Amino acid sequence: MLELKNVSAGYGKTEILHDLSIGFGKNRLTSIIGPNGCGKSTLLKAALGMLPHTQGEISIDHVSLSALNRKAIAKQVAYLAQGRDTPDMTVEQMVLHGRFPHISYPRQYASRDREIAASAMDQAGVLEFAHKPVCALSGGMRQSAYIAMALAQETDYILLDEPTTYLDISHQLDVLRLLRSLADDGRGIVAVMHDLPLAFRFSDRVAVMDKGRIFAHGTPEEICVSGLVEQIFGVQLRREGEEYFYKY
Amino acid sequence: MKHLRKNKLGPIYAAAIALLLLSILLGLFLGATEVGFADVLKALFHGDTDSPQAKILWFVRLPRVAAGLLCGAALAVSGAVIQGVLANRLASPSIIGVNAGAGLAVTLCAAFGIVGGWRLSLFAFLGAFLTVMLVSLGAKKWGASRGTVILMGVALNALLGAVSDTVTTFVPDVSILSSAFKVGDFASATYVKLIPAAVVILVSLLFLNTLSNALDVLTLGEENAKGLGMNTELTRVLFLIFAALLAGAAVSVAGLLSFVGLLVPHAVRRVATTQSRHLLPLCALVGAGFVTLCDTLARIIFAPYELPVGIIMAFLGAPFFLFILIKGKGGHSRA
Repeated sequence: MLELKNVSAGYGKTEILHDLSIGFGKNRLTSIIGPNGCGKSTLLKAALGMLPHTQGEISIDHVSLSALNRKAIAKQVAYLAQGRDTPDMTVEQMVLHGRFPHISYPRQYASRDREIAASAMDQAGVLEFAHKPVCALSGGMRQSAYIAMALAQETDYILLDEPTTYLDISHQLDVLRLLRSLADDGRGIVAVMHDLPLAFRFSDRVAVMDKGRIFAHGTPEEICVSGLVEQIFGVQLRREGEEYFYKY
Repeated sequence: MKHLRKNKLGPIYAAAIALLLLSILLGLFLGATEVGFADVLKALFHGDTDSPQAKILWFVRLPRVAAGLLCGAALAVSGAVIQGVLANRLASPSIIGVNAGAGLAVTLCAAFGIVGGWRLSLFAFLGAFLTVMLVSLGAKKWGASRGTVILMGVALNALLGAVSDTVTTFVPDVSILSSAFKVGDFASATYVKLIPAAVVILVSLLFLNTLSNALDVLTLGEENAKGLGMNTELTRVLFLIFAALLAGAAVSVAGLLSFVGLLVPHAVRRVATTQSRHLLPLCALVGAGFVTLCDTLARIIFAPYELPVGIIMAFLGAPFFLFILIKGKGGHSRA
């Protein structure tokens, strides 16, 4: 369990997260939803220790984050930021960098690292593009390549900031199916999402954020019937079978 | 942008090594005075130090060739590292003011009578390092765009150049080195300058080569690099220290050689690879060969008169640079 208890955090003197508590379990896909600027990205960064928290306690599998250095955290939690520059390298080279936390000075990759990278590319469906430059891939494949890099990191948890933004619907579905399968394989996947029907369709848990706090955290169905979506987003969701739709 | 497989890089390494060897041979044999193959063999392998040819070889040609090789490699690798760390392909030691910082330090040293040795290398490094840190911290603190970083560099270049000029105006002894120093020149390369610079450059090149994967991880962006467990602040400073050591050492020997730190990394990226593991050694080989070759041309074109090497580099380098830019315009560039 990646757990935040009564955490407050922010940038400089501006506090963004206020006394926030939530736990992300393994074997589970959790979507974090909320309006722009509500602190979703900040929550991910705080959970990774990239942003110091001013109050509260963060732990990974019952080990306090403050007892771990960046490398130790990176062996347990992978993170894909939003809005990245496209790196000037091939898919294979990029995925191989997922092994970075596992190697020590002089930080050269061994054949074992290459095997793990190849299997990660296979799992994410980008093995055939291994020798292509990342910039030559479509948006969806590029995202899958980033996910392959996170897989090569061999962590129990993967945190993704808006993994489906800027993708067309079929690529969004591809990415979510991939995340779903990773959660089913036992990883704890946490994704900041803007597309509510997709988030509700694929997630095991949905966390609703607003103004730096978690308003609710539960199964998609619980959140759907709670009326919180309408209260926060001003739209309604309706469920038909396994699918969720906006109700205008 | 090119991403060649490892086996396709073989011919490129071979070509780079051939360029290097050719530049060394031409550098040793060609010049205002004729030095034959037999003279070179005698001087190098039979300990001949007395004949005029041997003296020319030991005290003129050899230090110059060594200076060309070391400074070329140093500036090219320094450029590649600075471009990687600042995520800015327009950056190079001469453009963002790093060379000017080292140049001011060397000018100040000359004003105080330090013309060689470890102290000169140290001060040149300090000048280069302070400038590169200023640009790097400024870029971070003000969230400067890539274009703004270049403009900051232009401003720093002007400012540091003005301070250097003020020193040379008031201390006439220093002005002797000023004009050749500004365009870059190996005419004053002596062992007393060369030996400390050589140690600094070789150690820095070797160390940077072991950090090539870290340089690539930095190009994934600040947050992704942190997500991979990298202490990005420390890593950046470490890279900039070595980039400054290289640029500082090169400036202490050759003056303000510009262009090589921009041209060579671009050429290698376009023709061969963007992967630092190969980019850095190829930049070192090509930079060394290119600068040494230019220096030989500078010595022989109007022999017995010499041109500063910086002039030849601009004549050869600028058209070549334009050629690779235009030829590769369909390619992807993050500049």
